[in-house]
Amino acid sequence: MIRVVIAELRKLRRPTLLLGTIATVGGLSALFTSIVFLMINSKDGNSKRGQHVGPAELSQATGLVYGFRLVGVFLGIVSLCIFASQTAQEYSLGTLRNLLVRQPSRMKILAGKFISMKIFALVMVLFAGALSIGISFALSGRAKVDTTAWRTSAAMHLLFESTLNIFIATLCFGAFGMILGLLLRSPISAIAVGVLWNLILENILSALITSTGKWLPGVNFSNLGEGGNPDLSYKHSMAISLAYLIIGGAIAALLFKRRDVAN
Amino acid sequence: MNKGSTPAITATDLTKIYGERAALSHGNFEVPAGSICGFVGPNGSGKTTTIRMLLGLITPSGGSGTVLGESISHPEKYLPRVGAMIEGPAFYPALSGRENLKVLAELGGFPLSRVDELLAKVDLADRGGSKFKTYSLGMKQRLGIAAALLPNPELLILDEPTNGLDPSGIQEVRGIIRDLADSGTTVFVSSHILSELEMICEYLVMLREGKVIFSGRTNELLSAQKPIIVAKPEYEVDLTKLADKISSAGYKVIVVEGALHISASSEASAEINRAAFDAGITLSSISVVLPTLEETFFEMTGDNK
Repeated sequence: MIRVVIAELRKLRRPTLLLGTIATVGGLSALFTSIVFLMINSKDGNSKRGQHVGPAELSQATGLVYGFRLVGVFLGIVSLCIFASQTAQEYSLGTLRNLLVRQPSRMKILAGKFISMKIFALVMVLFAGALSIGISFALSGRAKVDTTAWRTSAAMHLLFESTLNIFIATLCFGAFGMILGLLLRSPISAIAVGVLWNLILENILSALITSTGKWLPGVNFSNLGEGGNPDLSYKHSMAISLAYLIIGGAIAALLFKRRDVAN
Repeated sequence: MNKGSTPAITATDLTKIYGERAALSHGNFEVPAGSICGFVGPNGSGKTTTIRMLLGLITPSGGSGTVLGESISHPEKYLPRVGAMIEGPAFYPALSGRENLKVLAELGGFPLSRVDELLAKVDLADRGGSKFKTYSLGMKQRLGIAAALLPNPELLILDEPTNGLDPSGIQEVRGIIRDLADSGTTVFVSSHILSELEMICEYLVMLREGKVIFSGRTNELLSAQKPIIVAKPEYEVDLTKLADKISSAGYKVIVVEGALHISASSEASAEINRAAFDAGITLSSISVVLPTLEETFFEMTGDNK
C-alpha cells in the first residue's frame, strides 16, 4: 500500500499539476479573502450571495477564518476535478494495465490512490488557508478591522476546526470525483458531470424544490466545509455525505475490482 | 529456470467469451521455461485477450492456466516475476520517461537504480528526462520494453514489441530478447513480423479466430509442411514454356519473382530438370526449400493477403 502511495505521489507532484493547482487555489483564496476586506464598505456586499460583513463582525475570532471558509467550497470543486482526472486517466491513457501488472491487488491501488490524493488535498487546503490568513492580516489595517481577537486561543481553535472541516469537505468532493472517474472512465466526462452537478444542477434542484436541498450531496459536502449552519446541521450533513460516499464508493470499488481491463 | 522444468505458461481449455463471440475458445498450449515462444495469429484472433488473461487483467470465462507454476486466478503470486508490455506502450504523457519508469519501479518495489540502467539498455539514457509525449513511436516502444524489464523477469511477455521501430531498433530488440533467453528468461512474444519470429523463436503458438491451431516447436511446424522446388530458367522468356511443361506433368506451379515454385517432393527435382532439358531450357538453379513461417502461417490461417 505504501508503495502505491509513493508511486501516486510521484504522479501528483509533477510541476504542471502541482503548480497549476497551487496557482488555482492560491488565486481563489486571495480573491475571496481580498474581496471580504477590500469591499468592506461596498453597498453590493463583500460576502457570498451579496451579504455584507462589517469590521465589527470581522474583528471577532471568526474573522480570522472568514475568507478561508468562503473559499472552502471551491477547494472542494478543485479537489473533485483532480481526484476525477487522476482516477479516470488511468483508463483513458491505458496505464491501468501497467499499474495492475506491477500491483495486482486492485483494492490496494484504489486505496493508495485515495490516500495520496488526500495528502495532495491536505497540502492544497493548508496552502489556501495560510494564504488566506496572511492576506486577512495584511488587509485588516486598511479595512479597519481589529485583529486582537484573532490571536486568542479561541481563534486558534476556530482555525484548526475550519481547516479540518474544509479538509473533510474537499475529501468528500474528491471521493465524489473519484467515484465518477471510476464509473465514467473518462477524465473529461467525470469532471464535466461532477462540476455541472455540484455547481448548476443542485442549485436548480434546490431552487425548484426547496426540501431537496438537505438531501443533495454537494449541498451537504459544502455544509461540512462551513461547519454546519442553523438550517442544516453538521451531523446531518456528515451522515448524508457518508451515506452517499459509502454507497457510491462500494459500487465503484466493486466495479473496479471485477471489471475486465480490456483497453 | 531451465528448459524441461515446469512450463512457464500453460493454458488448459482457456476460454473468454464476450457476449456471443468467443475471443478465445478452449485454448490449450504450453510455453516451455527458458524458451523464446512466438505468439502469432491474424488481427482479432485472440492474442491480446489471451495475454491479458495470463496477466490477470481479464477474467477467463472458462478453463484454467498457469504462469510460472501458479494459477492465473492468483496473479499476485507470479506477477512480481513477470515483465509485460501489452498492446503498445502506455505511459503518463506529462511525465518524463525516467519518471514514468520510477512510478512503476516504486509500485513494484524494485530499486530505482534499475531505471537508469534500463534506460541505457534501450538506448534512451540521453532522453530519459524528456516528457513521454515528446517521444517518437520507436522511443515509446523502447520505454515500454524497459518497463517490462524492470522486475528482471523470469517471464517476459511482449505484445508486438517491434511496432514502430526502425530496422536497427528491431535488431536491438531481437538482441535483447536473445540475451534474456540466454540468461534463462522465458520470452513469450507476439509479432506480425513473422520473419522476425522465425529467426528467434524455438516454439510457436498459433491462433486463428480464437482457436489454437498449432502449439509446439517451430522446426516441427515448418518441417511438417510440404517442400517447394524452386526452379529458375537461365532466360526469363522461358518461364511460361517451362511452367506449361511442368504443369502438364501434373505438378502445381506458380511463378514467383522470375522463378517457378513447384509443389512437389525433393525426389521430383531430377524429373523437373530432365523436363527442362528435353524442352531445350537450361536451368540456372534448382533447389528444394521449406516454406517460410510466413508462407506456413498464410497456409494455415487461410489468410493469403
